[in-house]
Amino acid sequence: MDFLTLLQVLDTSVRLATPLLFACLAGLVCERAGIFDIGLEGKMLASAFFSAAVAAISGSVWIGLLAGVMASVALAGVHGLASITFRGNQLISGVAINFLASGLTVLIAQDWFGQGGRTPSLSGGARFNEIKLPFADLLSGLPYIGQSYAELFSGHSLLVYVGFLTVPLTWWVIFRTRFGLRLRAAGENPEAVDTAGVNVIRIRYTAIAICGLLCGLAGVYLATGLQAGFVKEMSSGRGFIALAALIFAKWRPWYALFSCLLFGFFQALSFRPDVVKAVTSLDVPGQLLDALPYILTVVILAGFVGKAIPPRAGGEPYVKES
Amino acid sequence: MTVLPKWADAILIPLLSILISFVISGLVILYLGLNPFEALRLMVTGALGSSYGWGYTLFYTTNFIFTGLCAAIAFHARLFNIGGEGQATLGGLGVALVCLAVPWPHWTLALPAALIGGALFGAAWAFIPAWLQARRGSHIVITTIMFNYIAAALMVYLLVEILKPEGSMDPATRRFGPGAELPLFSDIFGLVGIPFSSSAPANISFFIALLACLLFWLLVWRTRLGYEIRAYGHSETAADYAGISPARMIIIAMIVSGALAGCMAINSVMATERLVLNSVEGAGFIGLAVALMGRSHPVGVILAALLFGFLYQGGGELALWANIPRELIILIQGLVILFTGALDNMVRMPLERIFLMIRRPGKQGA
Repeated sequence: MDFLTLLQVLDTSVRLATPLLFACLAGLVCERAGIFDIGLEGKMLASAFFSAAVAAISGSVWIGLLAGVMASVALAGVHGLASITFRGNQLISGVAINFLASGLTVLIAQDWFGQGGRTPSLSGGARFNEIKLPFADLLSGLPYIGQSYAELFSGHSLLVYVGFLTVPLTWWVIFRTRFGLRLRAAGENPEAVDTAGVNVIRIRYTAIAICGLLCGLAGVYLATGLQAGFVKEMSSGRGFIALAALIFAKWRPWYALFSCLLFGFFQALSFRPDVVKAVTSLDVPGQLLDALPYILTVVILAGFVGKAIPPRAGGEPYVKES
Repeated sequence: MTVLPKWADAILIPLLSILISFVISGLVILYLGLNPFEALRLMVTGALGSSYGWGYTLFYTTNFIFTGLCAAIAFHARLFNIGGEGQATLGGLGVALVCLAVPWPHWTLALPAALIGGALFGAAWAFIPAWLQARRGSHIVITTIMFNYIAAALMVYLLVEILKPEGSMDPATRRFGPGAELPLFSDIFGLVGIPFSSSAPANISFFIALLACLLFWLLVWRTRLGYEIRAYGHSETAADYAGISPARMIIIAMIVSGALAGCMAINSVMATERLVLNSVEGAGFIGLAVALMGRSHPVGVILAALLFGFLYQGGGELALWANIPRELIILIQGLVILFTGALDNMVRMPLERIFLMIRRPGKQGA
């Protein structure tokens, strides 16, 4: 395998890691505040549809982005209502949200566009197009470093760069601000937060809103950056892989970046069975590569690669003493 | 502190929750440009208006009873088994392997063998996440979700690379022999002279599903093991203190759960007479809605499965006659799970207030 092939695989990994990264950070904020969210998948799907649909109608990807994020935040609101206000089961609520999104997107897509549950394909201003970083062409002749710069770092859509910048931002908010301290406390020991006179309910709703926003961006990137339009069930389990990446990262932002890149790399490999065959000289079935992120997650969860301890108050609705 | 009488908890709350889900679904149908009552009429005629419709409705109902029981037994142990889909997929593999292995002389021999095959494969697929939860503390919700995806990938591999007959383009096994054909409702009712559509797939598995409900009831409420499972579900610490091993409860409940999901395949796979890709078609997930709606009780599961059988067949008719995709059923499923499961308190809290208001004057008089 030559260097350029390697770069191509890595480049694809970065693209595929981006939606995982947004969703993973979304889950991180939410779960750190004590709300389990297995509805990442559904929120991502809803956002993918509404962003693509509105971008197709309006011709502007920015209006699409707004619509997608709004759809995702609305579903996050349902999750908040169920799991914070009405103290329902957070897992069941997440499952429900996934089904709501997967049903609604196809129904509305068929009603609006009549193309069997997809949106028209997007082009031009209705998409996030690739951005060429300065000097990319000039440096592409330079072996290794220049090639890497041109192939790997340049030529992604805006949201990829936003995604990578969200990692330090999340780290800073969670670990260096007062809000972040309270958010983590709400996920570990909500009684203490309440005793300190801080409103647990408000913190958790804020966390859920941030989660909705980030999931929304994941969906927007999926439909308008990675691909050009929405197709039925296009999130295809990414919300769950993101959840797996979150556990792998043990709920920490920088580790989340690396685990998302790793899972993105596995997904990229499943697109290039020829590369896998050339490197390992084994005839690995494509289905095994498809299943690899899921298998790996199970192995990680089984604790063979270190122990993952979730936030202590995760999954428990907070009931104020009266 | 039980404010609500038992009947209100078991019947009134689920009914109200379902009503809310249906009203919202009706509004969505209205938005899609169809009169909801016209849609309901289409669905009722298509699903219940003929023995053909009933045949499909009860065929789907059979699937949903099995997956509903699968989710229900896990709920009793306070486990959330989202893996019914994958366990039913593997159950399908078990049933297909049994049906293909031997040229069965008669269905009376093939059916019990297939039942065992399906149950074993389903149970084995549930055992791994159960063991991981019990011994390694891995969260069963996440692992069962992962196992759904792994099952799907495994099935594609097996059907495309191994089980597909030579020269066929279709990712499916060869046809099972005639000895593995189950008697259809038309055959069974024909014995007593009742005519029933012979092109509908409802078959003897429906009665096996009902039998499974009876066994489920006996297991959960009439055996020591069932008591232990429920005790574990109520309080892990109390159960542990009483000498009930949590690890054992997790593993047993999940094995029963997976076996029930696997049994679904006698209906879905033996009726199509070969194993195809995606033979489960989301029934594993519908089981969650069925179990929540049926309050994890066999009678509730039967009724809820019947409702979803009707919705599934009726939704198919709706897709055929009106421009409304089948995904409507997924939306309704999501709404039912949301309102009967997660938003339970939204219905319960106002209801409790009403019951308190009714009761208070009576108490003062006494």
